[in-house]
Amino acid sequence: MTDKIRVVVAKPGLDGHDRGAKVIARAFRDAGFEVIYTGLRQTPEQVVNAALQEDADVVGLSVLSGAHMTLCPRIMELMKKERLDDVLVIVGGIIPDQDITKLKECGVSEIFQPGASTEDIVTYVREHVRKKI
Amino acid sequence: MAKDVTDRPFTTVSGVPIERLYTEEQVRDLDYEKDLGDPGQPPYTRGIYPAMYRGRVWTMRQFSGFGTAADTNERFHYLLKNGQTGLSVAFHLPTLMGYDSDHPMSEGEVGKCGVAIDSLADMETLFKGLPLDQISTSMTTNAPATILWSMYLVVAEKQGIDWTKLRGTIQNDILKEYIAQKTYIFPPKPSMKLIVDTFEFGTRHVPQWNTISISGYHIREAGSTALQELAFTLYDGIEYVEWALRRGLDVDDFAPRLSFFFNAHNDLFEEIAKYRAARKVWYKVMTERFHCKNPKSAILRFHTQTAGCSLTAQQPYNNIVRVAIQAMAAVLGGTQSLHTNSLDETLALPTEHAARIALRTQQILAHETGVTNTADPLGGSYFVEKLTLDMEKGCWAYFDRLDAMGGMVAAIERGFPQREIQDASYEYQRAIERKEKIIVGVNEFVMENEPPIDILLIDESVSGRQIEQLRKLRETRDNARVRTTLKALREAAANDSLNMMPCILDCVRAYATLGEICDELRAVYGTYEEPAF
Repeated sequence: MTDKIRVVVAKPGLDGHDRGAKVIARAFRDAGFEVIYTGLRQTPEQVVNAALQEDADVVGLSVLSGAHMTLCPRIMELMKKERLDDVLVIVGGIIPDQDITKLKECGVSEIFQPGASTEDIVTYVREHVRKKI
Repeated sequence: MAKDVTDRPFTTVSGVPIERLYTEEQVRDLDYEKDLGDPGQPPYTRGIYPAMYRGRVWTMRQFSGFGTAADTNERFHYLLKNGQTGLSVAFHLPTLMGYDSDHPMSEGEVGKCGVAIDSLADMETLFKGLPLDQISTSMTTNAPATILWSMYLVVAEKQGIDWTKLRGTIQNDILKEYIAQKTYIFPPKPSMKLIVDTFEFGTRHVPQWNTISISGYHIREAGSTALQELAFTLYDGIEYVEWALRRGLDVDDFAPRLSFFFNAHNDLFEEIAKYRAARKVWYKVMTERFHCKNPKSAILRFHTQTAGCSLTAQQPYNNIVRVAIQAMAAVLGGTQSLHTNSLDETLALPTEHAARIALRTQQILAHETGVTNTADPLGGSYFVEKLTLDMEKGCWAYFDRLDAMGGMVAAIERGFPQREIQDASYEYQRAIERKEKIIVGVNEFVMENEPPIDILLIDESVSGRQIEQLRKLRETRDNARVRTTLKALREAAANDSLNMMPCILDCVRAYATLGEICDELRAVYGTYEEPAF
């Protein structure tokens, strides 16, 4: 394993609003991470496949459409199936408070809501990556 | 010399430096007739009507849609009962992407970001009890605009209303989808062809309809500056005119039905300057570049929506104040219609309560503040006039670069506008994190342990109900007729010289679904994938 933290930034679902995904991808790059941006409208299978192929340390999911409670649990399920339990999964976007516990229960490490700073997200990743399990 | 209270540079939201004071000096070259004109007079910098809001207040048009067609129909009735004056439909993502609710890609998205519309049957429910000759309707649909417009036209047909009486707008602006919002289906060439089809069809059959709403809103939401929003939007307009002229349409036949849609962000004066410059630049484009003869072809009419991206999830009630100020910018800038965002929109679609406050904000502006009393109240302000001139100058500079690239489609293929916006949005984010820009409640004046507010939750049963209705429709409709119309559609799509509207109308009348129609078009046109950059 190289020293560089490898992050897959993905946008699952039909939504095309990629401002947040692009900003965080760039912030990760500026922080010295290796970033793989999957592009838009990825199915859960495609996201997990990218994590596998790219040997990701972190998967960052951006969801703004309200479909996160369908998409995120499915992605987590597939991650487990592929034995990617040690990959840190974080979610950003329009995620209401009441969904946070449920997302964490299915294995998402942290949720970043509107207004989160890229600095905080970078710090979080540095402190938590490769420490799972 | 007066001293500034801080060493921090004074800049607009877009990062444009602002002087301590504006005087006659900065607007020395301003020529009243050439640069401003009275309201209702070229170049329309001061507004498009002599009396502006004294004649008629702007249309209060709240964008709305969620759940099933029946859910949204209920919200429409509620908004109209509360004094809203026009309708604006938000469709859910599967509809916008050309998928039916039972498509695998639609899972988790049904009824979430808008209303689920799969076929004419849903559209009939959506407008139940709403006489289409008495309201104007805006539909935010882009890639499948021809199909949803056809559904609306057939609903009117069934209500016994002549198409010539219909008023409304389809957004129908694919260029800003490639640039910013990314809700595209087909590649640029067939997409542009379909749009020109609507221009041609509208001119002949639905003359009061705005066949496009050339939109800067989404460009700004994606993180552009005010100038980029203006320049890319107006240049998109140029691109549409060019394509229509290449089809052989007369500029004066379709140009009066082109409409625009801008964002209203936090910087009051920068936004006002943007709207004023928009009218002036478009006037010059239409008269000098396209030599239009009908004065209406050179008049820029626009809708405004307050900036969703400016709202904060933190201390959400503060959003009411932001929205009020943004809405005032739109009004002082002479908008024709307005959507005010609800305070809870960074969290979910608005509750009825939040949507009502948003509408009331417009009513307070219109009836209590006095801003409607006179046309272009800020005309002649040294500051606003200088900002307007600079905005115009910046626009021409971008136009030169885009012309040199061979137009907007070519620029998009090179990733030029996309990259410009990404750079601006990253710079803005960094400015916030460095606290060069203060966002109340986010990077300053922060509150710990805020109490949560009630938000609208879309019932997960929506998807099941919608899919069940769709299954029934597929069982009960005349499927032989559906197959015939779809086959005719595919054949027509292969022929570049045919206008697609009549064939699409036939499919819609037969209750072919939106997904089925799009599948036929995808088979012929292919789909668009964004190049990596």
